[in-house]
Amino acid sequence: MALRELASLEKYLGLKKPNKYSTQGDKKVPVLQNNNAPPLVGLVTIACHLAKEAKRPELLGDGAEGRAVVQQWLEYRVTKLDGHAKEDTRSILKDLNLYLQDKVYLAGNQFTLADVLMYYGIHAIVLDLAVQEKEQYVNVARWFDHIQHHPGVRHHLPPVVVLRNRLYTSRHH
Amino acid sequence: MELFVGEGNPHCLKVLAALEVTGVQCGVQFINHEEKVVPFLSRPALPALLLPSRQHLFSPNTICRYMFELNGPESSNQCNQWLEWEATVLQPVLFRALHMAVLQGKGSEVAKVLQGPLNVLDQSLGKGSTTYLTGEALSVADVVLWGALHPVLSDSSLALSAHQSVKAWFDRVAAVRGCQSAAQKVLQGKGLEAMRSYMQKQPAPQSSQGRDAQPCNSSPAESEEGDRVVSEEEMEAAVLTWGKDLNACSQATEKQHPIMPQEGKRNVLITSALPYVNNVPHLGNIIGCVLSADVFSRYGRLRGWNTLFVCGTDEYGTATENKAREEGLTPKQICDKYHAVHSSIYKWFQIDFDFFGRTTTEKQTEIAQDIFWRLQKNGFLVEDTVEQLRCESCQRFLADRFVEGTCPHCSYPEARGDQCDKCGRLINAVELREPQCKVCRQTPVIRSSKHLFLDLPKLESQLEQWLEKSTSSGDWTANAKQITRSWLRDGLKPRCITRDLLWGTPVPHPDFKEKVFYVWFDAPIGYLSITANYTNQWEKWWKNPHQVELYNFMAKDNVPFHSVVFPCSLLGAQDNYTLVNHLVATEYLNYEDTKFSKSRGIGVFGDMAKDTGIPSDVWRFYLLYVRPEGQDSAFSWADMALKNNSELLNNLGNFINRAGMFVTKFFEGCVPVMELQQEDKKLLAVVGWELQQYIQLMDKVKIRDALKHILNISRHGNQYIQVNEPWKKIKGGESERRRAGTVTGVSVNIACLLSVMLLPYMPAVSQTIREQLNAPQSCVNAMLQGAGTFACALRAGHRIGAVSPLFQKLEADQIEALKKRFGGQQPEDEPSNKKVQIGASTQPAAVPAPAAVAQVQAAVGSDPEKAKQLAKAVAEQGDKVRALKSQKAEKAVIAGEVAKLLDLKKQLALAEGKNPEPAPQKGKKK
Repeated sequence: MALRELASLEKYLGLKKPNKYSTQGDKKVPVLQNNNAPPLVGLVTIACHLAKEAKRPELLGDGAEGRAVVQQWLEYRVTKLDGHAKEDTRSILKDLNLYLQDKVYLAGNQFTLADVLMYYGIHAIVLDLAVQEKEQYVNVARWFDHIQHHPGVRHHLPPVVVLRNRLYTSRHH
Repeated sequence: MELFVGEGNPHCLKVLAALEVTGVQCGVQFINHEEKVVPFLSRPALPALLLPSRQHLFSPNTICRYMFELNGPESSNQCNQWLEWEATVLQPVLFRALHMAVLQGKGSEVAKVLQGPLNVLDQSLGKGSTTYLTGEALSVADVVLWGALHPVLSDSSLALSAHQSVKAWFDRVAAVRGCQSAAQKVLQGKGLEAMRSYMQKQPAPQSSQGRDAQPCNSSPAESEEGDRVVSEEEMEAAVLTWGKDLNACSQATEKQHPIMPQEGKRNVLITSALPYVNNVPHLGNIIGCVLSADVFSRYGRLRGWNTLFVCGTDEYGTATENKAREEGLTPKQICDKYHAVHSSIYKWFQIDFDFFGRTTTEKQTEIAQDIFWRLQKNGFLVEDTVEQLRCESCQRFLADRFVEGTCPHCSYPEARGDQCDKCGRLINAVELREPQCKVCRQTPVIRSSKHLFLDLPKLESQLEQWLEKSTSSGDWTANAKQITRSWLRDGLKPRCITRDLLWGTPVPHPDFKEKVFYVWFDAPIGYLSITANYTNQWEKWWKNPHQVELYNFMAKDNVPFHSVVFPCSLLGAQDNYTLVNHLVATEYLNYEDTKFSKSRGIGVFGDMAKDTGIPSDVWRFYLLYVRPEGQDSAFSWADMALKNNSELLNNLGNFINRAGMFVTKFFEGCVPVMELQQEDKKLLAVVGWELQQYIQLMDKVKIRDALKHILNISRHGNQYIQVNEPWKKIKGGESERRRAGTVTGVSVNIACLLSVMLLPYMPAVSQTIREQLNAPQSCVNAMLQGAGTFACALRAGHRIGAVSPLFQKLEADQIEALKKRFGGQQPEDEPSNKKVQIGASTQPAAVPAPAAVAQVQAAVGSDPEKAKQLAKAVAEQGDKVRALKSQKAEKAVIAGEVAKLLDLKKQLALAEGKNPEPAPQKGKKK
């Protein structure tokens, strides 16, 4: 999974020559093989490295505070979202929904790497939600739809129909 | 800027150290663990940092990094890498270690748990010659890792001294100004003990896999593992295992009755909740107890454990007496009749009890009375007078179900003496309005009657001590722990153990001559008495906690009786009883999104399953596939047909059949010579990995999750055959033919492994596969031992038997008919005829959630987005079939692909909101 994410991220960043990856351990932690430097281990570490390689520092946030907020959500992705217990799914959605109430992106008004990795990480959860639940977590749904339509982000994941027009729900045919 | 931290919270140690080391200006507030700081998080999270922009940071490493970056450069890649490693690899392990050391008193095992991550750190520090982790200067990585490890490394009792480089580095960081004082602030010089209250509030750590939480009936991409990267070492190890001689490592597992605990073996005693005798069990009852326990006991034998599996019918109680009156029989006759019904149902479902007994035996009386006298002698019984209804014309006190009247809560006119079927609330019989004796319809009067109570409050502290130990060392399901906790939280009250009845175990006390034991006290003793009817030496199982591990299987409504009440009886009896080590409780299985109901004819009951014409093994497979593990699930005919056709027929059956057919057709029934290439080695490693996952999950009684890995293996196998096309290569040159041989040989050996992994789930199919392959008994005995052994059991030259298809398709019209037959009338709002099991639920009946219903409707409707995807898939699959036909591919291959195409078309029709089988119902438009 992580490898596909990184491949998609590379495409999004427009990196010309793809990097070589392998994985480590049971949890399949991604490893970036580097010819002239020691290998890099870890999804977030590699993703941040790629953003710098692509000369897109704005994706990592502006200023110390901005960078911290991006890092906050990247850490959230790998510690809280990944491998969460099934019974925690609701509370994750609930928290995010509240957080996104007054924000366009995770770091406020600016699209960042946090949006990309959180989107990849939460995709499976959103895919499983019923229409009613998507309406319940409307801010998450809005943000999610926004990110999946952000040019070049989606790649390896199928699109999810997030919000339906209330006039034409699936049941009227 | 304001930093919020809590005492005894290990994460706060890091951030305080970072604060002191960097000298950043920031206020610090010590607050309670439960206090909420970050407005959008529903659970309290500490540490938290309020930024000048009023935003919050709430992950410890992010906070530390921010403090370092405020006055310094951005952290390096190497530094980031350590931080991520700390958060994702070290923390989960460390949390488990702290849990053991602080809460479970297992400090001695901490070194073992932490060994992996400490080795990584030690090697990395030993390799470089730098003073700190990332260079000559102290970085955020040093502070974070030091803070994380401080509680365990500074505690001398944990004896973590083996890592020299770690030790030297740890001391260097500790000497940095600010580090020690941060530790002092958080731990108050109390070491590990300071973290007790914090640790108690955290959810218990999950055993190594948090990722396997996905239920397999709702995850769309089950072949997700397909892109797992396999390392060279894994391949080498797999090849080594492949070459092992199974005969050398096999042990005989032939069982000999009576099975007795053996020194030096893992002795596993398995019970399944005793089904109440006077009703026919439905599918939910079957999956909840007997079937789950059966799978686990079969698996246990394959693992080489010395396993005894007992169960029986629970026969005493008012429900039996009433039923007897209704049918004009004696209670004894009723029990005989229904005991036979139960036996034959379980036999059909291939439940392999070592002994299936009953509770109405002399042994039951003997053992129950012995436990009673012991409780009496030890002072755990108290007398009390209870107001009770008495029928003067029948000359007796009316126990619970012998009286009916109007519910005091909802005015339902037919409420029973113990519970109202309409509102589900528990009733004290004297509260009933207009009570009537169920036998003579006279109005009873209130009289007082003396009863005996088990003094649970007096046993509470003993119980809690035992529970602490049992739940932390054993595999208790989350619901079992939670239900037990809630009982203890509400405080225990004395429970009445006697009843004014005839049909029960008599109370031996002279002052209570007319009374019998109440079922909840009596029924669990059935486990012991049933074992005693199996062997006179039953005490070697039941009074032998040091040699025996006890697993109880049940549905969640039975949990309190097995985790609180029965253990209290046994603890109070003080006779060195074997208490439950692993309590495995399922959630509920619904029927097509409603409840099973005998009175309304809804659902499939045990005796009807065989009339459906669907084999017992397929029933078992599907029930286990939707086993309510962790959450309620539903039996659905359409889903059963889908899983049969997609998983059993097209995936598993197709693979095993192809593998066998290739041997028969291309190699005259003899397994060909195998010359392993890189691709084959990789497959061996992948299959070996799936096998390991299966074993890890099964060891933890994650029966449904483990099944997924069996299906993954056959999926890998199908892909392997598809890519290598042995049916084409066999017609090619010498080297191509050899390649076809290798692929066929590897495949047929995977089929052999699958037969063993399937054995607990589908015993008959498993046996058939091994007969078809003529597989040696040694594979059954050896493949699941240890961490799992995928060895070449069918060597080159081995002759296989006659191969034939294993599964049949379930046709849509057949399923539609069954659905109608078992659907009952439209569900009305009438109370269901609820039955009591041992220790029947004291919870009010669950109210169907309207949200769930709405959700189902939404799912049933059409879905244009999905339809679009499916239309594309149908087109692609159509092209594939045409291509195969034009290439004159092997028949079985084409048939398989055609089946897939038809299946896709059906799904497409459904997604477009059409009836996939439109013919017969065409004129029926509204």
